[in-house]
Amino acid sequence: MSDVYVLGVDMIKFGRFPERTVPDLGAEAALLALDDSGLTIENMEAFYCGNLGQANAMVGQRILQEIGQTGIPVVNCSNACATGATAFREAWTSIKAGLYDVVLAVGVEQMGTGLLGGAGGGKGIPKEGLLGSGTMPAVFAEAGMEHSRQYGTTFEQFAKISVKNHHHSTMNPKARYQIETPLDEVMNAEMISYPNTKLMCSVNVDGAAAAVLVSEKKAKELGMGRAVRVKASVLTSDPYQERDLVMPDVNSCTRKAAKEAYEMAGLGADDIDLVELHDCFATAEMLHYENLGLCEDGEAGRLIDDGEVELGGRVPVNVSGGLLSKGHPLGATGIANIYEVCTHLRGEAGERQVENAKIGLTHVIGLGSACGIHILEKA
Amino acid sequence: MSLPVVDYLKLPEGEDPYLEGHQCKDCGSIFLGERNVCSNCFSRDSMNAIKLSNKGKLYSYSIVFRSFPGIEVPYISAIVDLEGGGTVKGNLIDCDPDPEKIKFDMPVEVIFDDALGRKDSEGNSYISYFFKPIT
Repeated sequence: MSDVYVLGVDMIKFGRFPERTVPDLGAEAALLALDDSGLTIENMEAFYCGNLGQANAMVGQRILQEIGQTGIPVVNCSNACATGATAFREAWTSIKAGLYDVVLAVGVEQMGTGLLGGAGGGKGIPKEGLLGSGTMPAVFAEAGMEHSRQYGTTFEQFAKISVKNHHHSTMNPKARYQIETPLDEVMNAEMISYPNTKLMCSVNVDGAAAAVLVSEKKAKELGMGRAVRVKASVLTSDPYQERDLVMPDVNSCTRKAAKEAYEMAGLGADDIDLVELHDCFATAEMLHYENLGLCEDGEAGRLIDDGEVELGGRVPVNVSGGLLSKGHPLGATGIANIYEVCTHLRGEAGERQVENAKIGLTHVIGLGSACGIHILEKA
Repeated sequence: MSLPVVDYLKLPEGEDPYLEGHQCKDCGSIFLGERNVCSNCFSRDSMNAIKLSNKGKLYSYSIVFRSFPGIEVPYISAIVDLEGGGTVKGNLIDCDPDPEKIKFDMPVEVIFDDALGRKDSEGNSYISYFFKPIT
């Protein structure tokens, strides 16, 4: 089977664009990625589009109506916060299968404001605040408190993650925010769901990201100069866990995906130079240090205390600013983090460049659950 | 007459309310709500309805300070492992919403009461369950 390469990849600056439409944002990212690849829409043989908010509204086709209706197959996909990674992986799969040599993947989202989630839907009366909370800050707080229960992880340690990611975003012009948030500011911000304060929750933003994927044959033909090799592409769902029904599981699906991704790439966690992981909440990032094997179980608190996951540290995590400060446009996130890693592997990340970055890993979680992991290597 | 807030809360006539689990007789996994196939061991038609204990221990929690409009805050969203198996989520009441006061593994009992006055569109009232510290 052919290796698969990212030939072009880009994202729009994340922000609030209420006057624009979902296809419009997706089209902008698609054109940026096409330009980055040196190809045009006429070269694309298939298109995989990820979007959550308009999952039943043919977003991919509407993007082509803005950038070129060539009649290629379009697959619209939706997989919670793993939507973008799923679209990218479907594109990867189609090349692996030998169906196509050049395909386009786009992830796009326009978000509302306020809390996501909610306990229990359906018939009867609202369950939120009656049977606990199903809001995302609370669900991920409960997952974080499970870590506190096991290892004594503190509110301050969770808060340090937010300080780090906000610091990183000051060097990323495409992040929603470029603002330092010192520890006392993070800890004293409005408490949303203990231990997650407002500054420890990801930012609802509008955004889009896109990638052009090509087969090895095509990459060689077009020139490998800035190409990035996809060393592993893995998608998992959540294996059975005894507390599943009341505690959506983000851990076991990540551990399973990480193990499979390292095996597919023929690499270990020690080989990874940078990681973009799913910090939808500060509490979530803490769990994934261990889930991805960046440290031993129980060592995550020490990792953030010792600065090993900061830019300049042993394995920088979320140098883009992460979902906490770059922003989290659900369907776009899984391709935006691939853009970030590729930018470092290409040596084009400017002030926030991870030095000598050769191999990077991206990770997203869609609650319910889906985990997507990609390992990327400079070609 | 009040209705149960969820299908797994049972209100048998003339008896105490209880939470119902469905246990796989092959692997012992306990689920909330009816199902035909065990998602752990894949056995078919192996589910037995069981009465879950009304005693348990706090496994994890969050203190919710911001919820949807109209929902009274703060409250403690608690995940409780019940004695003998089964995990349920609900509000922990009669406990200060203060991390200093909330201890992992603290023993709690499941109590049944009106669902905070909430009524459905037809005016029906509901019975819910809550966790209360055992002191």
